[in-house]
Amino acid sequence: MIATPQSAHFPDSLRLQGGGSIRAYDLAFETYGTLNADKSNAVLVCHALNASHHVAGVYANQPKSAGWWDNMVGPGKPLDTDRFFVIGVNNLGSCFGSTGPMHVNPDTGQVYGADFPVVTVEDWVNAQALLLDQLGIRKLAAVMGGSLGGMQALGWTLQYPERVGHAVVIASAPNLTAENIAFNEVARRAIVTDPDFHGGHFYQHGVVPQRGLRIARMIGHITYLSDDVMNTKFGRQLIGEGYRYSTQDAEFQIESYLRYQGDKFSEYFDANTYLLITRALDYFDPARHFGGSLTAAFAQVQAKFLLVSFTTDWRFSPQRSREMVKALLDNRRTVSYAEIDAPHGHDAFLLDDARYMATVRAYFDRVAQEVSQ
Amino acid sequence: MSAHTMMESIARLVPQGSRVLDLGCGDGALLAHLQATRGCSGYGIEIDDAKLLTCVQRGVNVIQLNLDEGLAMFDDASFDVVLQIDTLQHLRNAEVMLRETARVGRMGVLAFPNFAHWPNRMSILRGRMPVTKRLPYQWYDTPNIRVGTFKDFEALAEKNDLHILDAFGLQEGREVRVWPNALAGTAVFKFQRG
Repeated sequence: MIATPQSAHFPDSLRLQGGGSIRAYDLAFETYGTLNADKSNAVLVCHALNASHHVAGVYANQPKSAGWWDNMVGPGKPLDTDRFFVIGVNNLGSCFGSTGPMHVNPDTGQVYGADFPVVTVEDWVNAQALLLDQLGIRKLAAVMGGSLGGMQALGWTLQYPERVGHAVVIASAPNLTAENIAFNEVARRAIVTDPDFHGGHFYQHGVVPQRGLRIARMIGHITYLSDDVMNTKFGRQLIGEGYRYSTQDAEFQIESYLRYQGDKFSEYFDANTYLLITRALDYFDPARHFGGSLTAAFAQVQAKFLLVSFTTDWRFSPQRSREMVKALLDNRRTVSYAEIDAPHGHDAFLLDDARYMATVRAYFDRVAQEVSQ
Repeated sequence: MSAHTMMESIARLVPQGSRVLDLGCGDGALLAHLQATRGCSGYGIEIDDAKLLTCVQRGVNVIQLNLDEGLAMFDDASFDVVLQIDTLQHLRNAEVMLRETARVGRMGVLAFPNFAHWPNRMSILRGRMPVTKRLPYQWYDTPNIRVGTFKDFEALAEKNDLHILDAFGLQEGREVRVWPNALAGTAVFKFQRG
């Protein structure tokens, strides 16, 4: 499947939860499959921290450019683009085509940098809804996402309950725990204290705070894996023959792996985007306006839900998914929940697990039947 | 007794339009039947991946939980009926789950293989554990970690202050109300908190 990136322009300013607004912005997006005549087969796929609108397929003449959820979305895949019209959209503040901190602020004529306003999950959902308006889609057959993407899917069911038929929320949480915020904070401090960060205005200095980004990615990466999978993959394997009795060389395979992941990431990801997206994660907490009661927050939900979690995911643990299941049960909503016994930690949501894939496939089969009725 | 006749007999105990929680719902056939024929709604609880998948394929709401971890997710009296059909015999904490069933449901319906059914007694008299259509396993590979009788359950219900609304045996698809402890392969109880 060949993917073609598109861009939508929004001339009106978007009011933000934090009080400000973004004027005249663009959203990068891709679509796969065909929108049916009554526009009832649209599925929005929301991305997590470091992904983009390029969900599935490859770009023309770039065979290695597969989308980040290409195993899940495509012709004949669990989310089958032969039946559904799937939309991937890059969120505001990201660095893959939608308006973000590396773009020029129309109010000042300067690159936004650190002045890009703080955007929230709710703001992203509002922007995504405006994109659907442009595409002429009133109601989504489903909204789907993993991790931070799952939070957006959840946000959809709360902000636009009448516009969502189903929500597929994978490896997600109704808010972040203190430990989770703590990991984000370490990542942010690594970036902000890099001398090349220049208070977020590094673009005009012609540098990139790569050291900070590397560390941020390394710590993030550790939290996406499980102890088990790290031991299986790397254990105590050394790169060389024996100990070199150095303190600064990478001697263990895991060190070399993390350094490689950090290097790769620091070459394509924007430092301000990392700060913005981790903050959006920290802030998301729909129960906050309901005295901390998720049950009360979910009272307005109309969508039917499939939730999936993975037993070894300690960053977005099964316990957090069960909280959402309970809040839906309390409101007598339609919900199914699969807790997949997989060794891969948080990363499992992006990997091929037969039980996980089959469950999502079966769920979308039911959605497709509803749509065709 | 076929799975279908047992399902029919159980379904008759569930009032029209009930909100149902089915503990150990298996492939979701009973819930699908209750939804289709009795206007019920609800959820199944299942631990097995393959059975969970069948539930999703059927369009039955299913929640993957280990019942041995309890029913903390469910509030008191939040369901009209809680079902435990051929589930009790697999539970490590069978007594706790019985109390949980009575707590979460305004009514509980429970069915399990009656070990005191006469062919089982004959087998024991011959000195061997029974292997029957209803209890098809050898003693060394049975998943049934709790074997009990109709009478045993009456005693357990009394110990836990449960009020039995109805109790009978099932054999070959028929209700057995005379000497069910000897004449029925399956024991069925309908109860509520005392």
